[in-house]
Amino acid sequence: MINISEVTETNEMIQHENLDVRTITMGISLFDCIDSSLDECTKKIYDKICKKAGKLVETGEHISQSFGIPVVNKRISVTPIATVGSSACKTEEDYIKIAETLDKAAETVGVNLIGGYSAMLAKGNTDKELIFLNSIPEALKVTSRVCSSVNVGSSRTGINMDAVRRMGDIVLETARASYGTESLGAAKLVVFCNAPDDNPFMAGAFHGITEGESVINVGVSGPGVVKKALEAARGADFEVLCETIKKTAFKITRVGQLVAREAASQLGVPFGIVDLSLAPTPAVGDSVAEILQEIGLEYPGAPGTTAALALLNDQVKKGGVMASSYVGGLSGAFIPVSEDQGMIDAVEAGALTLEKLEAMTCVCSVGLDMIAIPGDTPAESVAGVIADEMAIGMINNKTTAVRLIPAIGMKVGDTLNFGGLFGYAPVMPVNTFSCEKFVNRGGRIPAPIHSFKN
Amino acid sequence: MQKVVITVVGKDKVGIMARVCTYLADNGINILDISQTIVSGYFNMMMIADMGDKIKEFEKVKSELDEMGTSIGVQIRLQREEIFDMMHRI
Repeated sequence: MINISEVTETNEMIQHENLDVRTITMGISLFDCIDSSLDECTKKIYDKICKKAGKLVETGEHISQSFGIPVVNKRISVTPIATVGSSACKTEEDYIKIAETLDKAAETVGVNLIGGYSAMLAKGNTDKELIFLNSIPEALKVTSRVCSSVNVGSSRTGINMDAVRRMGDIVLETARASYGTESLGAAKLVVFCNAPDDNPFMAGAFHGITEGESVINVGVSGPGVVKKALEAARGADFEVLCETIKKTAFKITRVGQLVAREAASQLGVPFGIVDLSLAPTPAVGDSVAEILQEIGLEYPGAPGTTAALALLNDQVKKGGVMASSYVGGLSGAFIPVSEDQGMIDAVEAGALTLEKLEAMTCVCSVGLDMIAIPGDTPAESVAGVIADEMAIGMINNKTTAVRLIPAIGMKVGDTLNFGGLFGYAPVMPVNTFSCEKFVNRGGRIPAPIHSFKN
Repeated sequence: MQKVVITVVGKDKVGIMARVCTYLADNGINILDISQTIVSGYFNMMMIADMGDKIKEFEKVKSELDEMGTSIGVQIRLQREEIFDMMHRI
């Protein structure tokens, strides 16, 4: 039987170390909402989301009460809208109507974010998908809950450089469209390579076309728990360090597995995956950067950072995989800048640059995340940064993503303040040398070779 | 059987156990196991109980225990046992 020290340990994690279930995300297929009439299409989408997710928030609250663990977010992901709307939508305005429908449905069922205003363009794009891309800036301006993502490359298909170049413009236009709200629109837009179909975390969540009717995916989080456990391993060698991370990751993930199973059973929806990610928040003691510091770095960005992050990411996976029957999504350590107080401190101290962050993304869970850049950065340079990150994902067979926020009217040293879970971000410099001729070539980068690995 | 874990943490004083146990008895909740420690004057108690024959809903019991805790100056938590089982048992 469970003993008092085990109960105390679990409750300490919840009460003092920010252990929580970060999100229960319900994936909903919208394929059966495809219609040539836009009115019919939006009606079907609204009705289906409200029907499937009507009890999502209530169930999340109920589970939170039963186990005494916070379930921070209840969210929805849907089939990529570029596909769902391709029959009904003739213009950008038509796609924006679907975005407004998603926003309204999310409000009705009480979720704070809904993902899936997305397009899958890894190899090429249809005419409708181009119209869809053009609709993103306005769609993210007129809605408050909708999140958008665009997959522009994969290890199997290479990188769609036409889409990368276009996304350079779209990211800037999205930031400009939401000028006055700290360019918040761009914080809800992610560019992916190898985007996973079952990611529960926003802003990149969508219900992939390989998924079933509906599914429950769960993301747990506990950077604070790992940090606390590592305090007891100060000065110990790498074996002890790695074992400590692994054991802690196991415990954290077990909670995710329990909550995912329980939510799936109560909602009568299949359990999909648990995402193992260590997801920080701006709260003190809920930071991946603090773990890196506990491992032995003065600040993230110092020499050794990539090795420390590689170790952390790998041990989290090793511990987590055994704890859950199905692992998926992004699963690793997130290193967003604005959402992690330790990362913000590192940038402000001059320890962390965009280039070092790029190196870190080779071994971490996702990519260049929540990074504010000067508002006058040329679209070509934004596209160049995206292309670099996509190449890392393509060659290394991993998911990479870019979520840059051009801070319109701001310069290096200024700060964007989003508030809440999005946090705040010091504007970071981007290399000012041009890549214009490179990104404007057009076409795609061929798929990489999958042998002769060096 | 629905196993739950009740934890009581707070400054030690007369009658904490009596209050909690009386409440559980009145509400058809059977105590299976109790352990308690006092560390530097702080009362730390854990009970494993069965809510299978409960009279009231889980949420109701949870909020009433919470209120009782506030009135006697301790923190009382009610949680389903699975969270501890999952975390500490393979």
